[in-house]
Amino acid sequence: MTALTERMKDGLDAPICITWELTYSCNLSCVHCLSSSGRRDPRELSTEEAFRVVDELREMQVFYVNIGGGEPMIRRDFFDIVEYATTSGVGVKFSTNGTYIDAATAQRLATMDYLDIQISLDGADAQTNDAIRGEGSYDTAMAAMRHLKNAGFGEFKISVVVTRHNISQLDEFKSIADAFGAQLRITRLRPSGRAVDTWHELHPTLDQQRELHQWLLSHGEDVLTGDSFFHLNALGDSLPGLNLCGAGRVVCLIDPIGDVYACPFVIHDEFLAGNVRDSGGFAAVWRTSDCFTDLRGPQSAGACASCGSWDACQGGCMAAKFFTGLPLDGPDPECVGGDGEHALASAGAIPRPSGDHSKPVSVQLGRRSTT
Amino acid sequence: MSKLSQKNSNSSKKFPSTVCAACTDSCSDVLNSPLKLHPSVALRPEPFGALAYHYDNRRLIFLKHPSIVDVVKDLDQYPDLQSALCAHGIEERHWDAYDKAICSLIESDVVVPQ
Repeated sequence: MTALTERMKDGLDAPICITWELTYSCNLSCVHCLSSSGRRDPRELSTEEAFRVVDELREMQVFYVNIGGGEPMIRRDFFDIVEYATTSGVGVKFSTNGTYIDAATAQRLATMDYLDIQISLDGADAQTNDAIRGEGSYDTAMAAMRHLKNAGFGEFKISVVVTRHNISQLDEFKSIADAFGAQLRITRLRPSGRAVDTWHELHPTLDQQRELHQWLLSHGEDVLTGDSFFHLNALGDSLPGLNLCGAGRVVCLIDPIGDVYACPFVIHDEFLAGNVRDSGGFAAVWRTSDCFTDLRGPQSAGACASCGSWDACQGGCMAAKFFTGLPLDGPDPECVGGDGEHALASAGAIPRPSGDHSKPVSVQLGRRSTT
Repeated sequence: MSKLSQKNSNSSKKFPSTVCAACTDSCSDVLNSPLKLHPSVALRPEPFGALAYHYDNRRLIFLKHPSIVDVVKDLDQYPDLQSALCAHGIEERHWDAYDKAICSLIESDVVVPQ
């Protein structure tokens, strides 16, 4: 742990990495959706309110924002908000399932500066991907990537959530990315949102985690991870990155109705710090909320205190523990020392995420809902 | 402004440090070089020093000490780094450390020739 990382634990004057989910509306119903998205929330921020959020980010010198959802491109003012941000000096990286990127839209995106795009793909073939993201979603994502390539967008990102079923396809994902001139980004599956019910079947096994660690060590410089696999550092060689839970310290989430949570994976009242509509706006939430102040205080290693690997893994991911019913000062459920599995056997009740925006009935995946 | 390049990815992958792995010729005789902060770099003050963001390549860089931030901010006001260090009251015995730090900032394109 470097001195710099120690300082980060105390929090920064402004976040480095903000995820901003513009809408809970989504045409897909992915089984692992971290925000249980599907239906639009009527309390969603208006265009004007979204602009004010951008103004605050600019004033706080937040240099870029990660826009997501739901499917953010569903919002009619999507381009208005993105252009307002990028012309304010707040760069945008947005995540999309690619449904709304046709040839013309790809051309438009290719002309924009300070803009990066992340296409979600959870299988290197249609069968593996569609089992998670819905029928037809693989073809949709591939079509969007072709449009971006043909439009000369440049290097976009392909974003993969690593699961038990796609972890053997990492080399294939890399090949797909290379073929499109794209960059591969792989992140950890958390038991958040709808994944609170699917994580136990989808998360990688212990053996698979060891393979992943080796794969990351040999591909580290070419593949992005959002620092999400730092719990694997307990296996020995450290992966590049900050190696700490950034929740409320360097990271936070603004959800579609303006609620501010400690990170994108803890949409639960326990980690709700405030709302951008509150007096003082986002800045006051970030700087003075009780929730974030607590997260920046000293954290106990708890049951992990006597483990020789604690310095390496820092106890892992807070969200992963919380949504599997484990104490926050104990091992990560995917602790590579095996302590997580033992802990899970006697885990407490599993908290439910705060909002379920899933569509009320099972819809045909890959099509727009008519509800 | 150029579109995002391959280097942009560093913003999400990791937070590059200011460690200079292998200083090249671009770092020679830094003390006597006329330097300035890159016009596309923004500095955000933080308790540990500052966060530098390069709008051209989308890299985030940490300046890990407040005094290096002070020096970098107005480098363009001085004919060379040495003069800037003198003006900021940095003792000569510490210059080597500043030489290295500025060298790494040149490597990451945060500091450029005037």
